[in-house]
Amino acid sequence: MDFVLHLPVIGLLLQFVGYLVVVSVQNGNLIITLATPIGLGALCGFMNERSGVVNIGIEGMMLTAAFIAWYVAALAGQVLPAGTPGPLGITLPLLVGLAAALAAGVLVSALHAWLSITVRADQIISGTIINIVALGITGYLGLLISQNSPSSAGNFSSLSLPAGVDGIPVLGWLLNTVIEHGPITLSMLVGVVVLQVLLYRSRWGLRTRAVGEHPRAAETVGIDVIALRYRNVLLGGLLAGLAGAWFTIEYGNSFQGGMTNGRGFIALAALIFGRWTPVGAVGAALLFGVADALGTAIRQGPPTGDLGTFLTAVPPQLFSALPYIVTIVVLAGVVGRSVAPAADGQPYERESKAT
Amino acid sequence: MEPPDPPTITPASTPALEMRGITKRYPGVLANDAIDLEVRPGEIHALLGENGAGKSTLMNILYGLAVPDDGQILLDGTPVEMRSPAEAIAYGISMVHQHFMLVPVLSVADNILLGDEPVAGLFFLDRRRAHARLRELAGGFGWDLDLDAPVGSLSVGWQQRVEILKALYRNASILVLDEPTAVLTPQETQEIFAVLRRLTGEGYSVIFISHKLYEVLEIADRITVIRRGRVVGQRVPAETDEDDLAELMVGREVQLTVDRGESHPGAPALVVESLRAADDRGHEVVHEVSFEVRAGEIFGIAGVAGNGQDELVEALAGLRAPTAGRVRLEGRDVTGHSARDLHQRNVAYVPADRHRFGLVLSYPLTDNLVLTDYYHAPFARGIVRDDGAITRHAATAIERFDVRTPSTTAIAATLSGGNQQKVVVARELDRELRLLILDQPTRGLDVGSIEFIHRQAIAKRDAGTAILLVSAELDEILELSDRIGVMYRGRLVAIVDGPSASREEIGLLMATGGREVTPTGSASPVA
Amino acid sequence: MTLKRAVRLLSIPVLAIFLALVVGAVLMILSSPLINGLDPGLPLSAYAALVSGAFGSPDALVQTVVSATPLILAGLAVGIGFKAGLFNIGGQGQFLVGAVAAAAVGAAVSTAGGVVAIPLALLAGVVAGAAYGFIPGFLKAYTGAHEVVTTIMLNYVAIQMVGYLITGPLRAQGATFARSPSVGNAALPVLFGSNGHLGVLFAVIAVPIAWWLLFRTTIGFEVRTVGASPDAARYAGMRPRLVMMLTLAVGGLLAGLAGAGEILGISGYMPAGYSTNVGFDGITVALLGRANPIGILLSGLLLGAMRAGSNLMQIQAGVPVQVIDVLQGVILFFLAAELLVRRIFRIRAARVQVDELQTVTRSYSSQTPK
Repeated sequence: MDFVLHLPVIGLLLQFVGYLVVVSVQNGNLIITLATPIGLGALCGFMNERSGVVNIGIEGMMLTAAFIAWYVAALAGQVLPAGTPGPLGITLPLLVGLAAALAAGVLVSALHAWLSITVRADQIISGTIINIVALGITGYLGLLISQNSPSSAGNFSSLSLPAGVDGIPVLGWLLNTVIEHGPITLSMLVGVVVLQVLLYRSRWGLRTRAVGEHPRAAETVGIDVIALRYRNVLLGGLLAGLAGAWFTIEYGNSFQGGMTNGRGFIALAALIFGRWTPVGAVGAALLFGVADALGTAIRQGPPTGDLGTFLTAVPPQLFSALPYIVTIVVLAGVVGRSVAPAADGQPYERESKAT
Repeated sequence: MEPPDPPTITPASTPALEMRGITKRYPGVLANDAIDLEVRPGEIHALLGENGAGKSTLMNILYGLAVPDDGQILLDGTPVEMRSPAEAIAYGISMVHQHFMLVPVLSVADNILLGDEPVAGLFFLDRRRAHARLRELAGGFGWDLDLDAPVGSLSVGWQQRVEILKALYRNASILVLDEPTAVLTPQETQEIFAVLRRLTGEGYSVIFISHKLYEVLEIADRITVIRRGRVVGQRVPAETDEDDLAELMVGREVQLTVDRGESHPGAPALVVESLRAADDRGHEVVHEVSFEVRAGEIFGIAGVAGNGQDELVEALAGLRAPTAGRVRLEGRDVTGHSARDLHQRNVAYVPADRHRFGLVLSYPLTDNLVLTDYYHAPFARGIVRDDGAITRHAATAIERFDVRTPSTTAIAATLSGGNQQKVVVARELDRELRLLILDQPTRGLDVGSIEFIHRQAIAKRDAGTAILLVSAELDEILELSDRIGVMYRGRLVAIVDGPSASREEIGLLMATGGREVTPTGSASPVA
Repeated sequence: MTLKRAVRLLSIPVLAIFLALVVGAVLMILSSPLINGLDPGLPLSAYAALVSGAFGSPDALVQTVVSATPLILAGLAVGIGFKAGLFNIGGQGQFLVGAVAAAAVGAAVSTAGGVVAIPLALLAGVVAGAAYGFIPGFLKAYTGAHEVVTTIMLNYVAIQMVGYLITGPLRAQGATFARSPSVGNAALPVLFGSNGHLGVLFAVIAVPIAWWLLFRTTIGFEVRTVGASPDAARYAGMRPRLVMMLTLAVGGLLAGLAGAGEILGISGYMPAGYSTNVGFDGITVALLGRANPIGILLSGLLLGAMRAGSNLMQIQAGVPVQVIDVLQGVILFFLAAELLVRRIFRIRAARVQVDELQTVTRSYSSQTPK
């Protein structure tokens, strides 16, 4: 072992792996926070793809919801009394903003559902359109609105545990990592468990799996494929809405054009990596959270020794690019072994012309 | 087996099901033209017609999967409307589709429950209660089913049984079976027949769809024959025979089997030695297969679908790399050679799935007819295509192989299945061949096209081509093959003489791999 | 082609553009309180400025052609991808990589003669773009990672890469902001007007070459067959993996050429925050042009006109140029929802969907191609 550590590259690599583990443990809270939009986006994708609809428009849905949450909350702040923030920093304007974001997510999803289920347009094109329109329209309006520099309605805050809890060994760390979050992150943590259980144990889950694998078989036993797909895509819109709101009323409190920065696409990779299950997808999102948090962690507390010298010499752009690189590597590594729902991406035609 | 009693129902009794004047148009096709059908309680009513006659359309209408343009459906004398399968199920109609409507990744139990799930509390499936009921249901037939196994892991015979359980679980009173025997061995067919007779005894009415004359004669109480969307006759088995039904079904006097004449096999053209191949997931599904095909003979491979035939054929056609073993073509080792290389060595391959492999459906016939030869003279000079030569070639091929098409530039997707297959056959057979691989060459075709393609195959055989014929349709194998190999679970379990082979003998080998016949079960086949 | 057929082919795209302008007008009116107070006439003045900015003068016309050039090249990059059943969303990244390579090599040879410097700088851009396009092709062919996700990820990687290069190793000494050194003699000569540079010819030449390759050669036949039916292509002895990699590499080449053209023909250097819409624009151009090179030429000119005119629109009417992004998205929406367009106008028209897109979506969830 000693010998190995003296080989410069391998030694450095091993140190780096060790550092990664330490950083991940130390920054557990940040990782979960940064994984939230990816995880929620992946859950949105889960709702779509498990019922047979490919959704590459999650990015656009999130961006729209981010804009709406921010703008509606700010508008609400001008007319509604903010009052004293409740637990988790909840104020009336923020709740209005959140509700608007959810509605926006559902509305954009309705567009996707209509195009891909009813019109049977190409699903990838439908998603692309959503991305382009969302980027354009939020950029356009964001620019116009920011000229009047409205005051932000602020953002949700994290659940704070009683003083001293952090000090308890292990449990303190666990509570800090998992519980000390804003309402949107907390809802992801709850949502993933609920969805996982429902998928395998509920009637909805069984029907969703059947519709995503073999819609005609589902139809022949009396299941309304179109209705189930619509319902799931719209429910997925709620999750994309939550993910969008995270950017502007939980993690931050302002909107910039294109601020989702590809998180919606990384979510798709997380879904594939997680083999189309809720727990798997959110687990994969955490991996991307690590990649996302690494740059911050190194800036705040660089490791000592050779590794520290090396890491601080690496251009910061590499760390910014890391989540995207990790996405590519993960996709290239797992896609062949991860099997998608068989009917994923195929529009369903009720009346078959087979004779 | 005792023949069923002739129908003795008085005209006064109400039919269980009546379909009156059902008409259904699809763009360019009148699929159902004022069809009348009457099914009495407790009878097995056969719907006979060739592929494309409109049987499935009629049943899709009955099952709420298609909406008729005109006509009426009556159940026990009451007019009803079937707007969706859910309504059909509620009226007590169940259907076993030709292509099974099972979700492969779901368990047997979940497949049966789907759509009618027992729920405990608000959301959760009550699997325990369901399993108890399913075990009882399956036990009634003496079927020992693993309810938790994924359906995809079952053989087609067992999947068929799951489909029947699905119907019974829903308390159906009318059971529709669309070509239920197409994928079964003769023995399994007999077993299904026994089940059907038992069910009619318990009061079920059964609609049995088929294009196989002898089956219909054996199982049906009454037979309705459909041709080109119209009812052309009704028969009782006791008062008809195969020739009569065939003429009714096709509309002209037909010879159901082509005269295959005498074959004169020469030297071995294809020699396969201990070939192994894996499926897309990397599981070995072809184990140590050895056989040879001689020039001027037709070697048939029989087997229930999914016993490794697809992978074997792909390995021989250059589309799948074998994992071990050797393939020799006229003495030369061609193991693992590419599809193009084999094509250049005068090997032709008519694939089973013409929509996926054999044709580019969005291409005109001109391009489809040069799909495997587009890159060389006279169709191309260097990289430049010669559209003139391609068009001239299409005109000749269409003429010689009697492809019915409005023009040489018609899009392949617009042609009928029979004509599409003729395009593939024209492209692959219109040259001198050493080896011809025919994989399910007539699946889903009308009688006329089947006849045409069988004649072409025999002509090639007589010209000295070695022909490998793979088909799940046992009748086709028996009709054409000089020798027959049977595949069972990835092994070639026996090779028998074609002309003297019996359906029962081959069927047993297909169903069991011949373990009853050769107790070792692994007797290596001798070429 | 008969007139009737032309009308049937063009009606849906033309009506989609028209409907998008209507939607854009509504958006402008609704957002006018944020600009200069509620103004129902804003769309009229904005569109008038747009048209005059695009066609109002010889200079405007030149600007339209110059703006159209990268759009046509990027549209071809996406369009030939569609023909092979591939969705190249990586135009942005390939463009940026081509641009930065051309900027770097151009700066390095800036003092050599133009005859040497220009080809070298262009070659750098083209090779870099092709290499960057090859990556998702390779990943798709050998690992099954779908190009829709990988090309987008590579866009973000390219942005970071350019940021690093221009603020780091390529930064020009003594410049007031982070940018690469001037390309000097590697700059493309201006052929007409104030900025009608040599690069305009690239698009003009690329269109017929692409058409000829696609429809008159065996290579194009292979590309189209892989796009229409990868299984049939394999059966026919073609090599879908090779075709995929080559098609995406050629797409990258075209996008890289567009990037090189912009740097060498217009700015003469590359600033750190250099951003481009060319990726999404290329998708719009390709879909509007139905993945056909001639159609791409026409739709590229149209979008070029919109881009060229949008500056005057912002100056005269106060409507931000970003409204063009919205218009593009809405055009695409109506193209995809052609059913809706048919109903609104009660017309019969040829379908406008690109057939090979089915392959794109089908392959999204499928296994590694063979």
